[in-house]
Amino acid sequence: MNNIFDFSVATAWLDGVLTGVMPAWAATLVECVLVGVVLLTVYALLALFYIYFERKVCGAFQCRLGPNRVGPLGLLQSFADMFKILIKELIPLNNIDKFLFNLAPYLVIIASFAAFAVLPWGKGLQIIDFNIGIFFLTAVSSIGVLGILLAGWSSNNKFTLIGAMRSGAQMVSYELSIGLSILTVVLLSGTMSVSGLVEGQKDLWFIFQGHIPAVIAFIVYMIAGTAETNRGPFDLPEAESELTAGYHTEYSGLHFGLFYLAEYLNLFIVSGVATLLFFGGWMPLHIPGWEGFNAVMDFIPSTIWFVVKAVALSFIIIWFKWTFPRLRIDQLLAFEWKYLLPINLFNLVLMLIVVAFGLHF
Amino acid sequence: MVDIKEIIGKVCPEATFEENEVAYAIVPDAKWHDTAVALKAAGYDWLICLVGEDWGDALGCVYYLKSTADYSTISIKVATTDRENPMLHSVSDVWHVALLEEREVFDFFGIKFINHPDMRRLFLRNDWVGYPLRKDYDENPDINPVRLYHEEVDDTTTAYVEDDKGNVKAETREIFSPQEFVVNIGPQHPATHGVLRFRTSLDGEEVKKIDLYCGYVHRGIEKLCEKLTYPQTIHFFDRMDYFSALPNEHCLCACVEKALGLEVPRRAQVIRVLMDELSRIESHLLFFGTYCMDLGATTALFYGLREREMILDILEATCGARMTFNYNTIGGVRADLHPDFQQKVKEFIPAMRKGLKEYHKLVTGNVIFQNRLKGVGVLSKEDAISNGVAGPSGRASGWACDVRKTNPYAVYSELDFEQVVMEGCDSFDRYLLRLKEIEQSIKIIEQLIDNIPEGDYCAKVPKIIKLPEGHWYQTVEACRGAFGVYIDSRGDKTPYRLKINGTCLRLAGIVDHLTRGEKIADLITIGGSLDYIVPDIDR
Amino acid sequence: MKWEDFNDNEYIESLVDELKANGQNVVVGKFDDLINWGRSNSLWPLTFATSCCGIEFISLGAARYDMARFGFEVARSSPRQADFMMVAGTIVHRMAPVFRRLYEQLAEPKYVIAVGGCAISGGPFRNSYCVVKGIDKVVPVDVFIPGCPPRPEAMFYGLMQLQRKVKVEKFFGGVNRKRTREDFFRENPEIAKEEHVTE
Repeated sequence: MNNIFDFSVATAWLDGVLTGVMPAWAATLVECVLVGVVLLTVYALLALFYIYFERKVCGAFQCRLGPNRVGPLGLLQSFADMFKILIKELIPLNNIDKFLFNLAPYLVIIASFAAFAVLPWGKGLQIIDFNIGIFFLTAVSSIGVLGILLAGWSSNNKFTLIGAMRSGAQMVSYELSIGLSILTVVLLSGTMSVSGLVEGQKDLWFIFQGHIPAVIAFIVYMIAGTAETNRGPFDLPEAESELTAGYHTEYSGLHFGLFYLAEYLNLFIVSGVATLLFFGGWMPLHIPGWEGFNAVMDFIPSTIWFVVKAVALSFIIIWFKWTFPRLRIDQLLAFEWKYLLPINLFNLVLMLIVVAFGLHF
Repeated sequence: MVDIKEIIGKVCPEATFEENEVAYAIVPDAKWHDTAVALKAAGYDWLICLVGEDWGDALGCVYYLKSTADYSTISIKVATTDRENPMLHSVSDVWHVALLEEREVFDFFGIKFINHPDMRRLFLRNDWVGYPLRKDYDENPDINPVRLYHEEVDDTTTAYVEDDKGNVKAETREIFSPQEFVVNIGPQHPATHGVLRFRTSLDGEEVKKIDLYCGYVHRGIEKLCEKLTYPQTIHFFDRMDYFSALPNEHCLCACVEKALGLEVPRRAQVIRVLMDELSRIESHLLFFGTYCMDLGATTALFYGLREREMILDILEATCGARMTFNYNTIGGVRADLHPDFQQKVKEFIPAMRKGLKEYHKLVTGNVIFQNRLKGVGVLSKEDAISNGVAGPSGRASGWACDVRKTNPYAVYSELDFEQVVMEGCDSFDRYLLRLKEIEQSIKIIEQLIDNIPEGDYCAKVPKIIKLPEGHWYQTVEACRGAFGVYIDSRGDKTPYRLKINGTCLRLAGIVDHLTRGEKIADLITIGGSLDYIVPDIDR
Repeated sequence: MKWEDFNDNEYIESLVDELKANGQNVVVGKFDDLINWGRSNSLWPLTFATSCCGIEFISLGAARYDMARFGFEVARSSPRQADFMMVAGTIVHRMAPVFRRLYEQLAEPKYVIAVGGCAISGGPFRNSYCVVKGIDKVVPVDVFIPGCPPRPEAMFYGLMQLQRKVKVEKFFGGVNRKRTREDFFRENPEIAKEEHVTE
């Protein structure tokens, strides 16, 4: 446990250096800017990686090679896409609500950015650590729905409107399942703070600690999380074969790029939260009693633990997308309200019993 | 077989009869509707083809009718000599398939159908001048230049209604009321498989009504054929329904051979059947792929295409092209089989069987997939017959309409295969039936591949092919149903009228009926399960 | 195909000469190269097909040919997000205005590839009463790919020529396309009138 490098040492040192040369308010300002820049870079790089990753994985599922011409193994493909999207024309449209139309993509990206900030990247490597961190996360991630609704509404297009209504109905419904499955874990851990959640999994990850109810909560969370990110088989708001491009049909250039980026980043956020809740966040795999094994595990840096776990979970979500056909809107809602929600409520009670009688590991 | 003269004579004593390959009656327009009702009552419930024609002195239609009881065919000619304002009685209330076919005749010949509820142009722009398939049509491009402005959206239509006294009056009817939420699906939309346009009235997610617009790839093939010799027309048949190119060519060649009385060598017959079945498999594979893609399972498309590429390799080696083969020719086929053909096909069959298993595992058994398809778009057998929806879509509604069985051609009568008929009537059965048909096609290929007889692959035909005077109709089972060709010859080396009776217009016509009250997502499910090809609708 | 044959393209050479005629700032030039590298390697097609050539376009995306290797596979259904348009198939009179509008909806910089005989000249249907005899009469075309339908290999060749063309263009210092929307309206007053009505 003590072998893990604590990033708070590094940040504290930086803070010390800065306050040594400038007043406290200036140091805070510089730190904020630094954090913002680092976060933006990581955000963009991760999104680009995800775009490449998905295209490669999808190619593998479809017996294809995927991008391999631009840069070694096609690694630069998504950079090329980025350059292209940055300089594409933003088409000025008539008969739209210009303010809302331009606001919508930024709302979506801000929502995912804010949620991104809460994730525990490594030991001591976390931007804000509230006592209600996980609550904050669910709250900000639902701002994204607003962006999508606005995008569909302000475009003054019938397809986008249908797409927006679909996504409104879908996200509001599935938010419930996400909230309830998060609540199940909070019940087990007894804390809502992100660092508290990670610390709670010091000995054993929650998915093993909470056994049956935790596994159920995990499965529900993965399904609802896929729906939250608008990915197949729940990609109804942008169902390509039905609504051309759904709510972002009218967007071009950078605005479309923001939607595109946010979609991939939400994928990371959903899997990151799943990692945090069920697989210990940055916490290495520990098995009580196996001291030697635990010590070896500790040698792997905590950030790598987090990213690898999150990417592995996103691989599962990508797998869903390239295997299943899309649901219909009524089936989608029936699935949530008739199956997932009752299962979830039942599961919450089950977890309560497990916790109350101390039946967990 | 019922006596056609007796049935018609009872209703319409003025009718005259002529000898032809099938019974041929000429009925005056005034009695035509009553005759049609009587014919339907006598069992002729399938209007297989409606040919509009300009005979020079008269304009009119030839109706080909089939009985679904014994699959005998009769033909009726109805004509009018009025060229300024030609009018005939509509039979769209007797056979629903006439709803679109009569609009097509109106579009090409300007014949107005009395009591037809919706007399608009079908393929051409609504500001088009003239009727292109009339013999006196002026093709001067200044009259109909490429217009780059959009045509008027029509929310109303005209119907010609006859009152009790026999006066015909034009009536304006509403298609969509101004309050309706009308969404344009198409012409450029990924779900329509090409450039087809559905104006869809929605109530929330539910579809209230669909108005079909075609003609976005109407290329005027029938008119072009009238200027070309018979061998020159063959290649157009590749470019309409490009997935069943070989069966379509087969149909035209068989029709010309029938007219010439030409005996096709057995080797050629067998090769044609082999090629037909290979392209049937190819077509159904692409259906499988695109259908799954429409439903959101993109990966299945690539699995379907993987096997399709194997067939394309086989076909390319012999026919010389991947899609537009131009392989059948009058009297046989254009070239002999490639030496590797048999070996390649034998390699392909096990791969295809393995592929089918994989498809079922990946897609058919999937719960989401079944929920999306089962009970969606139920087409009853009566509706299927009345709308002329033959082929795999009709057979999924329990209608045994496979031309290979009912009216066998080439060597099909000697082969052992089953006609797949399913009773589910919904999208799922339409999907499953096509996969089952692949198995039957494999069975046919297995029977023939080792028994290709030696001999000529093409009969000796004169250098210049002239058909005797008369008219003929030939049907084959193409990949999407009964495909027919009607040739009217005046003894020249070019056809006087060549009507291509495509399979897909009826399939697209039935979409409105099937989708009412269903969700938008079901529109894609249903449209995909019917598997129409847009260039075949538009011709 | 040999590199010499691939490279043999008079049109692009003349375009390069024309662009180089005025000389260029080094910094701007390097920046141009970077942007153009991005643009040429990330050409997203619009899913648009009218007939047979469209099926070959599907084959192009499938496992054997796999256009994803070049980054072409992100086919967008909304013209606003696409970079180029493969006109695969016949354009007839009824389709022409729709096609024109689709082109207008593409975001700049945009390119058009005419695939197959029908799109280039009307092909086998040239004598028909309602086929547009070449789409270059309706929109400016960048690359022509002959064939009926062209083989997927030929389509790749055409797409790679488009990439070369994109690479030599100047992004800063003026767009290379000469014909603007205003020019188009001047040529077609009828459409200008109609567009005005819709606005």
